[in-house]
Amino acid sequence: MDLLAHLAEGFATSLSPVNLMIVIIGVTAGLFIGAMPGLGSVNGVAIVLPLTFIVPPSSAIILLAAIYYGAMYGGAISSILLGIPGASTAVATTFDGRPMAQQGKAGLALIAAAVASFVGGTISVVLFTLFAAPLADLALAFGPAEEFALVLLAFTTFVGLGGDDVLKTIIMICLGLVLSTVGLDLISGQPRLIFFDQPGFYSGMSFLVLAIGVYGVGEILHTIETSKTAPQVTPARLTFGSLWLGIKEMNKLWRTMSFGSFIGFFVGMLPAAGATPAALMAYGLAKLMSKNPDSFGKGNIEGVAAPETANNAASTGSLLPMLTLGIPGSPTTALLLGGMVMWGLVPGPMLFIEQPDFVWGLISSLYTANLFAVLVNIALIPVFVWALRMPFTVLCAMVLVLCIVGGYAPSQKMHDVWLIAGFGAGGYLLRKADYPLAPLVLAIVLGPLMEKSFRQTLIAEQGNMMAFIERPLSATFIAISAVFFLLPLLKHFRRMTRRNGASERPAE
Amino acid sequence: MLMADRLIAVGIMALSAYFMWHATVLPIGWNGMTGGPGGGAFPFWLSAVMLVTAGAILIRSLRGKTAYSGNFFDLDTLRSVISVFIALVITIALIGWAGAYVALPLFILWYLKIFGKHGWVLTASLTFGTPVFLFFFFEVTLKILLPKGLTEPVFTPLYAIFF
Amino acid sequence: MTYTLTRRLAIVATASLALLAAPAAAQDWKPIKPVEMVIMAGQGGGADRLARLFQSIIQKEKLSSMPLLPVNKGGGSGAEALRYLLDKEGDNHTIMATLNSYYTTPLRTDIGVNIEEFTPIARMALDTFVLWVNADSDVHTLDDYVAAVKASGGTWKMGGTGTGQEDSLVTAMLEKEFGITMTYVPYGGGGDVAKNLVGKHVDSTVNNPSEAMGFYNAGRLRPIAALTPDRIAAFPDTPTMGELGHDLVYWMQRSFVAPKGMDPAAVAYYTSMFEKLSQTEEWQSYMSEQALLNEFLTGDALQAYFIEERGKHADLLNAIGEGS
Repeated sequence: MDLLAHLAEGFATSLSPVNLMIVIIGVTAGLFIGAMPGLGSVNGVAIVLPLTFIVPPSSAIILLAAIYYGAMYGGAISSILLGIPGASTAVATTFDGRPMAQQGKAGLALIAAAVASFVGGTISVVLFTLFAAPLADLALAFGPAEEFALVLLAFTTFVGLGGDDVLKTIIMICLGLVLSTVGLDLISGQPRLIFFDQPGFYSGMSFLVLAIGVYGVGEILHTIETSKTAPQVTPARLTFGSLWLGIKEMNKLWRTMSFGSFIGFFVGMLPAAGATPAALMAYGLAKLMSKNPDSFGKGNIEGVAAPETANNAASTGSLLPMLTLGIPGSPTTALLLGGMVMWGLVPGPMLFIEQPDFVWGLISSLYTANLFAVLVNIALIPVFVWALRMPFTVLCAMVLVLCIVGGYAPSQKMHDVWLIAGFGAGGYLLRKADYPLAPLVLAIVLGPLMEKSFRQTLIAEQGNMMAFIERPLSATFIAISAVFFLLPLLKHFRRMTRRNGASERPAE
Repeated sequence: MLMADRLIAVGIMALSAYFMWHATVLPIGWNGMTGGPGGGAFPFWLSAVMLVTAGAILIRSLRGKTAYSGNFFDLDTLRSVISVFIALVITIALIGWAGAYVALPLFILWYLKIFGKHGWVLTASLTFGTPVFLFFFFEVTLKILLPKGLTEPVFTPLYAIFF
Repeated sequence: MTYTLTRRLAIVATASLALLAAPAAAQDWKPIKPVEMVIMAGQGGGADRLARLFQSIIQKEKLSSMPLLPVNKGGGSGAEALRYLLDKEGDNHTIMATLNSYYTTPLRTDIGVNIEEFTPIARMALDTFVLWVNADSDVHTLDDYVAAVKASGGTWKMGGTGTGQEDSLVTAMLEKEFGITMTYVPYGGGGDVAKNLVGKHVDSTVNNPSEAMGFYNAGRLRPIAALTPDRIAAFPDTPTMGELGHDLVYWMQRSFVAPKGMDPAAVAYYTSMFEKLSQTEEWQSYMSEQALLNEFLTGDALQAYFIEERGKHADLLNAIGEGS
């Protein structure tokens, strides 16, 4: 069989001793880069890319794949241990990962994240291997209307389930959306909301700045206040026995993980969407399908597994439009795309036919990198958990330093570091006043895509609002989001009517 | 607690009004020329929703329909929170002037020795270890230069060695 | 009205003069710390990709004694980068990779930047524009195109990158030349635009060849006409607008500039670095694959080119009612 022969050949190269060394180094480097709040796969790939012109291309691809996967795994580590999502893809991981760490189950959460990432990565690489070419056409069918409908769906799967104060949730969503519009209006090409005429606002407010401010600085301030003199962080214990138990625990989560993988792969494959909406949708669906949805957000292991499978699956999925259409779905894939062009490869539909060596080499590297990423990750979990046992005042100082440096690194602007301090103070106050912070962070991630696709559709369709429901794909997504949005209301309504008894059933 | 809830609601209302004022620089209505809403529409109307919702919270709070009680701030520990935050702000200001490699160690020194009351061994090792780690991790490995301010010339020989 | 935006011959001539005049003092100065390469665009765009290609070649060929570190400052169509460069006055370790927003952004919004004050380093290439339609479309020639757009009654969708930038200017030029109206749909990047054309979400684009090459090779896109004076080597069968009787030419410049007041010795160093870079095999083959034109230009001639282009873009923006 052609496919297997190609794959076997790819494995033969990627499993040579030199390349194995490269994989292990790459994965470890990626893990640490990803675990640093503010840094992600994009930093790792950017550093390695120029080196790839010096080493042979086959090793270069393996190194890139290893860093890419390593950083994806690493993102969960800072989400769980510090409660700071190191990348937007890992936001959903904080929702349950952080509570688990606070309950002293950091080790279990990290294992869950690692195993889930492995499952997600593996399932999506298999899907990639089998269906890469036909799926590219599906991605093409996605225009602005479909993108808008998809973002709406990502929003409703998540927001429709919130148990917080409704008014405060609405405020936080709006605030996030408004902050996401700061900077440049893509459609008119005009700057907007440039507060105090500060040039730093031209580039907008990045998700990372908000997340590091609110979850990093804000959380530390909050912990300092609540911890009084004797700080209370349940020390995490980890033995090899518990490690094994953790892996066995994961065995119960097959349904969540396979669901997450498929959602992750398909959503990640769509050029504009990527891993963040995928992880959120997987989290929302896991909660929706769960027997006790109330345990989510309080340290449910499923709430870690679902987004982690999805974001890893999505990062594999997002390689598909890059290779077959030449469209990068994320800054990282954009860099990889640049790398391919420099190697003299032309991404596009012909790549699979003209450059099978490269494509299959890449795919087999993905398998190898994924396998080693999970092994290295699990091996390092005790180290990460040990970090949590530092005295609280030491941990706080280190995290604040990381917040400053991590906030500076992506954009290299002091402006962003000031914003982090501001968001930290604001987030601390809002949190104390029971304003939910997750919707704020979600909105700033999804906002730009939502506004852009909404307005692109209306421009293209001469202002016809019906355009969204006239197209079959977007109509389907909008219908599903309507269901997700109404479902909790319906449940609530049913509970109300049941409580009121049959006699008082409202006329409607 | 009630008072804080109201103050925050008023603060959000003021912020929304400020956003709305900023958003009016671009058209906030339906743009006839290109079709679809104008560049200011999203921020303007979303801020308007925020304003109304925060108003609703304020009204709800004034009617006493919230179940809050107790103090908003824990007065015992508020001092610590404020001192950490002030230290953070001073550190950030210092980064711009004297560079990260002066400001961050000073922050760690203050936090561990004065705020955290740790021993000298731990304090010293972290105060000196962190900048070394940052230099090798960010500058040498990731090629991300941290701000150096006045201390820039000190690093010239280091660049010559490591790059 | 004509829109010829370059006078190639004059420029080539001055470029060679500038090269001859490059001072020997270039050897005296060397960067003593990593050089910041500001990119006037976000990560992953065409400008970013090119800047990182330069970085890689410089590193591989050891053209610089210190590494070049790319920093993206794409906010506000490059307004952020321009303001940043303004604040870097006298800095010998900052250079900026520019594109046409180098002129259009200060023209459209008052950001307190006068590009005449910056120090020109080198223009590496000119990128070309081609009018594209989906390969399934009935449009085969420029006449078909004009007829189809007219028949649509203004609902013909033209996709492009951003607003008030290159693609929308070219669209406005086409509208004016042919007396047609189109619905211009702005997207975030060239790859996104090309994908939307293949997916039939828009009806035509004016992508740079490098953005559409993959789809063209796969037979998914069809070039209608090139906005160049001569045929593009990669598309020998695609006529130029000039051949079809329409004097439409538009370029995207890919240049490097430095802050105001950079030490002349440093300017000479970077100029000679890019000169060496422009002769490397990697860059030469990249240019021919991606249909870029090798138009190396430095020094005063480059500054004169920038000022001339800015004037032309001011006229263009005024003509479409976008100027400030």
